[in-house]
Parts: sequence; structure tokens; C-alpha cells
Amino acid sequence: MGKYLTQRLLSTIPVLIGVTIAVFSMLHLVPGDPIQMMLGEFQTSPEQMAQLQSQLHLDEPLPQQYGRFVTGAMQGDLGYSIRSKRPVMDEIKDNLPSTIILTLSGLAIALTIGLTLGVIAAVKQNTWVDLTSMVVAMLGVSMPSFWLGLLLIFAFSLKLEWFPATGGGDLRHLVLPAMTLGLGASAIIARLTRSTMLEVLNQEYITTARAKGLRGSVVVLRHALRNALIPTVTILGLQFGQLLAGAVVVETVFGRPGIGRLIVSAILEKDFPLVQGIVLFIAISYVVINLLVDLLYAVLDPRIRFG
Amino acid sequence: MRFSIRAFGLDNAVAQVSTASTAPASPTIAAPPRRGGFISRMRKSKVAVIGFVTLAFLATVALTAPIISPADPNEVAPREALQAPSTAHPFGTDQYGRDVLSRVIYGTRISLLVGFIAVSIAVVTGTTLGLISGYYGRWIDITIMRFIDVMLAFPGILLALALVSILGPNLPNLMIAVGVSSVPSYARLVRGSVLSAREQVYVEAARVIGARDITIMRRHVLPNVVAPVIVVATLGVAAAILWAASLSFLGLGSQPPTAEWGRMLSEGRNYLREQWWIATFPGLAIMMTVLGMNLLGDGLRDTLDPRQRVRT
Repeated sequence: MGKYLTQRLLSTIPVLIGVTIAVFSMLHLVPGDPIQMMLGEFQTSPEQMAQLQSQLHLDEPLPQQYGRFVTGAMQGDLGYSIRSKRPVMDEIKDNLPSTIILTLSGLAIALTIGLTLGVIAAVKQNTWVDLTSMVVAMLGVSMPSFWLGLLLIFAFSLKLEWFPATGGGDLRHLVLPAMTLGLGASAIIARLTRSTMLEVLNQEYITTARAKGLRGSVVVLRHALRNALIPTVTILGLQFGQLLAGAVVVETVFGRPGIGRLIVSAILEKDFPLVQGIVLFIAISYVVINLLVDLLYAVLDPRIRFG
Repeated sequence: MRFSIRAFGLDNAVAQVSTASTAPASPTIAAPPRRGGFISRMRKSKVAVIGFVTLAFLATVALTAPIISPADPNEVAPREALQAPSTAHPFGTDQYGRDVLSRVIYGTRISLLVGFIAVSIAVVTGTTLGLISGYYGRWIDITIMRFIDVMLAFPGILLALALVSILGPNLPNLMIAVGVSSVPSYARLVRGSVLSAREQVYVEAARVIGARDITIMRRHVLPNVVAPVIVVATLGVAAAILWAASLSFLGLGSQPPTAEWGRMLSEGRNYLREQWWIATFPGLAIMMTVLGMNLLGDGLRDTLDPRQRVRT
């Protein structure tokens, strides 16, 4: 376990260094002059341009700029937004809770619906229940989230008037965005759960469990599902990343405050320090989440610990 | 056994392929397809047939767009704005009086083009990186794979977003951004297959008789990785079309007045309450295209790669 832990932790270091280099380089990869690009649409004097250049430290040598970028990031200083003039970290802090709530609710919906559909489809293999669940799941995988969001707005806000269409705030504002985010992911989980359940249900220990007279539900839930869950847990980290990325679209559709909407508007407004800050923040969070999932996985599955 | 969940690929489509088998991240080499039987086995797969027919239909629509569209997709007619579907305008008109059916028809061209070009970029780059990495091993492998790990640290659409923000929002950049973001999936898949293939006796034999590395890679190693790459690429086109439409919906892809489905949905959302048709038909078109690609990909996977088949 100790060896695996050390190895896994050490393998994260080059990735983190790579991520900081990649994000740092973003500004320098812009075709043409980044200052010109950021201020493109505004009437600016040479003094203002020089001021922005020194504010972003673009007049320093590259290694020095990178050093400043990394030490800043390690201290939670991601620079200033050039539009709002506020620290990037403050912008992220203001918008993060909303996105986390949305993502976690989406994940909860995805797991509930996905696991239920997947298990039922596997147990009722080759019946109309199976076929219907899998057709629905296939449609779910193929449906663009922004369209699903608009359909939900049309049905539940404009026609039935049950939930508000846009904005953030109380629980009622969360229902439709969380559904939009969760339904797409639930389709993937349902398909995965069904296929692994089918594999597990054919194992000999399931036959044994049935032969010794256990009730069907006990066999399915206690013996089969527990083992079928392993791949699902495995893709949870991946799914979390997908949901976080999905939040970009969903927050825009529902006009909900959050990191996703923040980065889209930052890109549209060419607020580069803000874009860089958010990209760095999400990437590092994702690396850390994946690290935690891998470690959790090693705790759950001895084959990895001792392999 | 070192096992990272990121081995399951970058996007959902790839995740589906990789996780269809419960074996943790084992390199997948498809059983070599029996050439004679491929078409007949494909035809037996209902899923693949439905997918293929859908795509053939869409491809025909894309190719014949100028002939079959009732109107110019960008022709503005303020007096005919916001008309409900009728015989004159089967899908209605948008806020500028443009014919929605014609725009949906022309949108087929853009979506298919974006999907295929983006995936081509990803397949060519990813396969090359994976081949080199797996074949040469050692520090070359480590360097390339660390680079891929860094790319995988940007979840889902985030890498594409970052690239669009650097390159600027337009259609060609959108294809590049979506393509580059999908490179890691192919690089990892190909590397895994190459690692097993290069240990085969015939590769050793080729090396012994003095074949050059490039020849060995092209003639003896590459054929082994083609089948899984085709499967992932088919599902990848579906994912690329979805991503591209999402980015365009956000205003970060195609720009007005291009008839692009994601953009059309974005423009139609303000008219959702009364003029539902503006956003509905482009949405259906995206879903149909992605569904067709997904079904074809599933069918191909079952035919080309029986070990990943889900028992039914």
C-alpha cells in the first residue's frame, strides 16, 4: 500500500508542473500581441497598454514570469481580472459554491437513476423493460445537454410553471439545472451498470447464492451489485470531471451563476487572467479528485494495493 | 498493477468503449476481423444497420443541400419572421424570416464536417504519438505519456475551451480545439495495443531481417491497432459533434450567420415560449446525428472487437 501510495503521489507532481506550464503558456500562445487582443475592442492609449503589460508582468523574462505565476498560484494568488479589476481568486470563490452544489446534485441524480435503470435492465435482460431502459439511455447519451435544458425549461417553467427557468438561489432554482446535468450522466452510468451486472450475474458465486436459496433481491443487491459497482466507482472521478465541464453549458442555459458561466463570459470578454485562473483551478482540482478516487479505489480493491 | 481511472479515456464516448469491459485498462487488441465475414456480421447487427442508414441519410442531405433546400439558408425576410411550420416553411421561420428547414439542412454539412475533421486531427496525431510511444518505449514513452497526462488533467470540454480562448472563436479553430482535445484517448489506446503487438514473434522476425523501424510500425504494428481505433473514432465523431455544437451554443464556435445547429439553438432559446420550432428542429438534428454515430459505433465494436461485446 505504502509503495502504491508513494508512486501515485509522485506521479502527480510532473502532471501538476505540466499543467502550470500549459496554463502559463496560454497567454504567450495567443497569435499576435496578447495585450492588443485583450484590449482590442477598447480605445486605449499607449500608456494604458504599457500599464497592462507591467500589471501582467509581460515585460519580464519568461522564466521569471513563470516563477511568479507558480509562486502566486501556490499562495492562492491568481492575479487580477482585467475587466472587473477584482482578484481572480475572489471571483472563483464567489462562484464556486454554486457550481459545487450543481455538480454534486447532478452526480446524485445520475447515480440514482443510472444505477436503478442499469440494475433493472440487467435483471430483466431481453424483456421490454430492458429494451426501453437501454433505448432511453442511448437517447440520453446522444442528447445535447443544452437542448435537454431548453426542453425542461419549456415543459416545467414555461408551460407547467413549476420551476423558475433561470437564475440561482434557492432549491427551486436548482432542480432543472441539476436534472439536465444528471440525466445525461445517468445514461452513461446505466449502460455501464447494465453491462457489468450482466457479467457478474453469470458468475458462479451468483449461481451458488441462488442455489443455497437466497431471495432474488438479496442476490442482486448484496452479491451482484456490490461487485458490479467497481467499474462505476472507477469512472466516478471521470464523471465528476465531465459534470464539471457540463456545468459550463448548463449554467449558461439556465443563466445560473457559477464557474462555468464565469469562464464562458471571461473568454468572450477576452479577460485572459481570469480564463487562466479558472482553467488552472479546475485542472488542479480535477487532478486532486482523480488522485483521491485512485487512492479510494486502492483501499477498496486489494488487487491494486498489492499488485 | 498500476491503474488510473483516467485510463478510461477522455470523453464519454471513449469511456463507453473502454469501460464496456470490466478488465482494468488492459491493452485491447481486437481479434483480427475475418475479412469475408465482416459485412455480413455488420448486417446482422440491427443497431449498426440503423446507425449506418441514419448516417447515409444525413450524408446524402449534406451533399445535396443546395438541391433539396427550399430556400437560401441565410436569406433574410423580415416580413416572414417567426412563422409557424406550414407547407411553405415545413420547419417554420426564425426571427429574421430565414427558413429553418433550409438552415437545418445546411447545418448537416457543418456538423458532419466538424465531426470528421476534428476526429481526423485526433486520430492522426493520437495514433502517431501512441505508435512512437509504445514502439520505442523508455524515455520517449515516458515523455509522451507525461504530456498526455497533462492534457488529461483538463476535464472534458475544458481543454477545448482553453484552446478556443487562445485561438479565437471561429469554425476552423473549433475543429482544431475539439480535435486536439481528443488526442489523448487515441494516443493511450494505440500505445496499449502497440505494447502487446511489438512483443509478437512476427515483429521480432521483421526486426531480425533488418526491416526499418518505420516499416515495422507501418506494416506490422499499425494493422493491429486499426480495429479499436475505428470503433473509438466512430464514437468520437459523435462526441466531437456534441462538443462542437456545445461550443457554438456558448458563442465560442461558428459565428453568425452560419447555419450551425448549436448556434441556431442558442438563437432560438429566446423564442422558446411561443416559437418552439426555432430551437426544436436543430436540437432533433443534433440528436439524430449523434445517435446514428453512437449506434454505428456500438455495432462496429460488437463486430470488430467481440471481447468488448456486452452480452445480450
